[in-house]
Amino acid sequence: METKVLFAGFGGQGVLLMGQLLCKAAMHEDFEVSWMPSYGPEMRGGEANCGVVVADEPIGSPLVTEPDVAVIMNKPSLDKFESQVRSGGTILYNSSLIDRKPARGDVRVIAVNCNDIAQELGNPRVANMVMLGAFNKAATNLPVESLIGALRATLGESKEKLIPINRKAIETGEALV
Amino acid sequence: MAKLLMKGNEAIAEAAIRAGCRYFFGYPITPQNQIPEYMSKRMPQVGGTFLQAESEVAAINMVYGAAGAGARVMTSSSGPGISLKQEGITYIVGAELPCVIVNIMRGGPGLGSIQPSQSDYFQATRGGGHGDYNMPVLAPASVAEAAELTAKAFDLADKYRTPVLVLGDGMIGQMMEPVDMPEAFPQTVPEKPWATVGWSDKSARPRAVVNSLYIDPKVLEQHNIRLQEKYVKIAAEQVQVATELTDDAEIVLVAYGTMSRIARSAVRAARAEGIKVGLIRPITLWPFPSDTIRQAAKTAERFLVIEMSAGQMIEDVKLALNGARPVGFYGRMGGMVPSVDEVLSEIRKTARKGE
Repeated sequence: METKVLFAGFGGQGVLLMGQLLCKAAMHEDFEVSWMPSYGPEMRGGEANCGVVVADEPIGSPLVTEPDVAVIMNKPSLDKFESQVRSGGTILYNSSLIDRKPARGDVRVIAVNCNDIAQELGNPRVANMVMLGAFNKAATNLPVESLIGALRATLGESKEKLIPINRKAIETGEALV
Repeated sequence: MAKLLMKGNEAIAEAAIRAGCRYFFGYPITPQNQIPEYMSKRMPQVGGTFLQAESEVAAINMVYGAAGAGARVMTSSSGPGISLKQEGITYIVGAELPCVIVNIMRGGPGLGSIQPSQSDYFQATRGGGHGDYNMPVLAPASVAEAAELTAKAFDLADKYRTPVLVLGDGMIGQMMEPVDMPEAFPQTVPEKPWATVGWSDKSARPRAVVNSLYIDPKVLEQHNIRLQEKYVKIAAEQVQVATELTDDAEIVLVAYGTMSRIARSAVRAARAEGIKVGLIRPITLWPFPSDTIRQAAKTAERFLVIEMSAGQMIEDVKLALNGARPVGFYGRMGGMVPSVDEVLSEIRKTARKGE
């Protein structure tokens, strides 16, 4: 088993964090993981993406050039990466911000209006966690507790109060798929 | 030991600290900036010294000073900065002092790009600065190995009184992978009677002098002979290499660092197509695992070298084979990374040549 995932969006949408949480949660479940960010002369509000590989044996190339699953948070990323997804793969896209459906007919397409849902949950900043929940249900199926554990390890003790809203976001996302 | 998810750059910095490094001098450059950033936070916590110098030239000369005093010291940079450090590095070699230098390579020449590259291989393995010298060059292929080899670099440096270079690229610096790091790496630190640590008690030991200037050529030749003997010893004792599926391989790929990861994926895919292909991954680039290459030539008909350069390590593969087998090459330059499909297609082409 080897799953290659691309997370892409604007800087600030938490796409790099989504990838890191997936890695930490999968690592906790004894999978091999790698996380590779786009890096360059990036700017705030510019494009950000990372490629994650989750596998049950040592990972060869950490580069994700033909993702099995693409998690797309904004329209420029959909335009850029839609064609790269493996035939038979999955595209999850942020239908709150992207006003067109992916045109590909050979992939599974899942619309997630994660910004709207996050707003309804009371914290617009958990949009990425809604998407991460939907992604996890559609692709990796890791225990929610592992994702929460990864988030806890990342946020640190001082942010413990943010765990309940993030848990709710992940669970709401999972329920969509 | 809990596994941590770390960037290669962070793992290198943490491993250095856990291997006893207490001095870091550097100057910023992408894609290695997480090393000084991490050091600036961690060094004060362990009672060490972090200093951002005014230039790479200053940084390497601070390394020279700390190494001369017998401290475990490190600097890091990327190609353009490593070029600036070459004067200091060759002085450190001449004075026979231990230190660790990290080069997280980016596309060149000149300021080039900030994307991953392996085009500093010649500079790394042929010395880099002026004079007849080599230094051990360690090339990690994973974040865990980057930590391991950085720790090892300090022991090698102390054992042979030489700079040791850890050679990675932007990919290994930026990527995150799990690392299982010990609280402290086992350290072998020899006595350092040569260290210049003050001479207030003149009866306690002879005066130590740090120097790389030998005006009398007869004396300098003796110094050089001693250095060369040291290199022969390192070459005999410290070659490190990994092989995979080479036993029955008709085609053998040779790739190091992150390129070996891409090559490995391509090798697996080619095996699934029935092509008998294996992989040799030099971990020490100097000393180069020439014996392993020659050994593989007993079964392999062809070699294929994969690099993110115009073809540099291929020269060492050819030197090892000395014309015994044809050696093909595939590489990308300037920060472009060969894909698994590109490498697979080169393997197929190489296999067709053998038919």
